[in-house]
Amino acid sequence: MDETEQSMKTPRDAGSWAGPVDRLRVTETPSGAINLNVEGRQVVGPLQGFGALWQKTYRLALTGASVTPAQVVALWKAKLPELMPGDSRFYPSLTGVTPGEVILINASFPGVPGTISTGVMILYADDVSFSVMTPEGHPESGFNTFSAAEEGGVTVAQIQSLARANDPIFEFGFRFMGGSAQQERIWRHVLARLAAEFGVTAEVEMRKTCVDSRLQWRQAKNIWHNAMIRSTLDQPRRTARRLRGG
Amino acid sequence: MTSPELNLSVRQLPDHIAIIDIEGEVTGFAEDALTDAYGRASAGQAIILNFSGLEYMNSSGIGLLVTMLIRAQRRKQPLLACGLSDHYLQIFELTRLDEAIGIHSTEAEAIAAARAVAKAPAR
Repeated sequence: MDETEQSMKTPRDAGSWAGPVDRLRVTETPSGAINLNVEGRQVVGPLQGFGALWQKTYRLALTGASVTPAQVVALWKAKLPELMPGDSRFYPSLTGVTPGEVILINASFPGVPGTISTGVMILYADDVSFSVMTPEGHPESGFNTFSAAEEGGVTVAQIQSLARANDPIFEFGFRFMGGSAQQERIWRHVLARLAAEFGVTAEVEMRKTCVDSRLQWRQAKNIWHNAMIRSTLDQPRRTARRLRGG
Repeated sequence: MTSPELNLSVRQLPDHIAIIDIEGEVTGFAEDALTDAYGRASAGQAIILNFSGLEYMNSSGIGLLVTMLIRAQRRKQPLLACGLSDHYLQIFELTRLDEAIGIHSTEAEAIAAARAVAKAPAR
């Protein structure tokens, strides 16, 4: 096959990936969501962040549930907001979990008053998995993949993150303010809630590996987009607007 | 985990350049195979990933490439890529892997670039 033929052949994953994205666009703000720190941001992956790079894998075997991986992921996509804990709310667009769509996130962070407004972009989605990628200013820079697979006759649900703190403030928060523990609690909660949908109660296994312990000081400038700072600075404006009934 | 749909072969070139030919599917199941191939190639000063035979890749596969890239960076080994179709080139741009992996159209161009990097004085 020559190079032209190779370029023209459409791979079967083509419909699963988001299209080219220069800057994120929020097409609609779901009811109740704060839309801040996403519009116009670039997406950032594990290479663009500041802190140590961690791979964390959370797994839960749906033992006893007669359910396929595709059924698990279909429910996961449909009920994603309901599966999240109250301090980390996800607001997908009406289009749902489809490649290129933005999910707005309103969450708390340990030691920080008020809500951090950010989001993620659906990077990839197929029948048995979907992945999100973070924007500039998000606490993390990287990917999260939600998937299910059959292992030895049992369907196993999994969340895997490959990410580093986006800037020095978030790195401090993850290391010393309980941010890392909060993140782990959130994903354990999601898997437990997902399992409960299928009538399963089981322990979540978690494995974490530090892929790169180095801090990327050249990315310290990411602090400019820090969603925690920008959400806090925007709080008076939102409060005034609410008081005016806007 | 094993990946029956993935075939990886390693070629060692003069000038301490290694090429990993990737044929088939790069998914989360490719972890062991990619780790093994990287181990066999890592004696080289520079590693070229030839994606001409890539048929399928999901987001877990991209994650594995990130991990390989970090390993190479730790060892100060330039990692280059060639043979990416327009589709996979766009995915490298989308995930911003293109900012850290030198991407070239053909294997010959990648080899020339790897040789130039290998000859460049250390800074």
